[in-house]
Amino acid sequence: MTRIELTVNGEKRSGEVEPRLLLVHYLREVLGLRAANVGCDTTSCGACTVLLNGKSVKSCTVLAVQAAGQEVVTAEGLSADGQLHPVQAAFRQNHGLQCGFCTPGMVMATVGLLAENPHPTEQQVREGLEGNLCRCTGYHNIVAAVLAAADAEVSA
Amino acid sequence: MIPAPFEYFAAGSAGHAIELLAEHGDEAKLLAGGHSLLPMMKLRLAMPEVLIDIGSLDELAGVSADCDELVIGATTRHADLAASDLVRAEAPLLAHAAAQVGDPQIRHRGTIGGSLSHADPAADLPMALVALGGSVQLQGPGGARLVDADDFFVGYFETALQPDELLTAVRVPRRPGVAWGYQKFVRRSNDWAIVGVAATGGRIALANMGPKPLRATAAEQALAAGATPRGGRGVCGRGHLARRGHARRPGLPAAPGEGPDPPRA
Repeated sequence: MTRIELTVNGEKRSGEVEPRLLLVHYLREVLGLRAANVGCDTTSCGACTVLLNGKSVKSCTVLAVQAAGQEVVTAEGLSADGQLHPVQAAFRQNHGLQCGFCTPGMVMATVGLLAENPHPTEQQVREGLEGNLCRCTGYHNIVAAVLAAADAEVSA
Repeated sequence: MIPAPFEYFAAGSAGHAIELLAEHGDEAKLLAGGHSLLPMMKLRLAMPEVLIDIGSLDELAGVSADCDELVIGATTRHADLAASDLVRAEAPLLAHAAAQVGDPQIRHRGTIGGSLSHADPAADLPMALVALGGSVQLQGPGGARLVDADDFFVGYFETALQPDELLTAVRVPRRPGVAWGYQKFVRRSNDWAIVGVAATGGRIALANMGPKPLRATAAEQALAAGATPRGGRGVCGRGHLARRGHARRPGLPAAPGEGPDPPRA
């Protein structure tokens, strides 16, 4: 077992983990944060996307021990005081989901994308989300939601 | 999928990592971004008994200029390489190649040293390093050595890196303003190349045309002898020369509409 300390959604967390424990399993099973989903489990679908030090990563391909000393944000950590994050609000407003399985990963990838490029073109949104698969193929409204979120964050 | 159990060490420095490698020998693997190694471990294609984590070592990350070369730390991540003003200005082929790896999340984690050490013949950065005529710095208990890209890649997922050595940095020539080209053919957006070609400064490298990134020497010689790209297809118009002597990787899925012939660059 290896002792880790890290920050998750602004809270300090620590504990003993098996080195082979994946970050997504640490979040879901140890901390009970179940927004990040295990989809393909092969670094393809992006359903497990979280922010690690502000950058989008696939938490099925990161060991919990690799996140030691770092900051993790999951979809649970986006909203403050019961208010939806602008990206969450835009997904809701634009119906940027169908079954919802990919949504937490899409939202986290979008937050990461807009942090790097606050004014993406539609093409940049599509390329920026190429690491996230929607099994319902509902990309049209997802892209619309991201563009709306970019506008909202600019005017906010 | 859960990897097989292993012992984990977070190296405190590059020197510490080399000491740990010497101590644990063949049973140990270095871990940086983990985006080649962890998928293999999850599939139990790799079952190292010891992982030595160098992913947080600042001394191994970053880009700097050294005389006529750029020096890129081994744990420089693809996204940082793609965004580096220095790399974009002086080795634009490398910045472009880094931006072609996987997807944004993968580029936030994967490192140049990891990609080169993994040595997938279909990958972007090995091909780019061969096209650029770069080299890698390897550090072991007996000291450091510099290995040219042409000698570093040995075969499928096999390099000149010894089990007790750490790849510390990558060196590429500074060539602002020199023309370059980069093409890769994929079936889906974040697939590895079915075939890829990178060219600059009279060198042409091919991805996935053999067990390691290969030089298209016949096409290079044709260019050096004054052949000019024709028909609006650029250097790729000489693709029949690029495929000379090369065979498609066994077991590779054929491209849509592709016949029994190997792919052309």
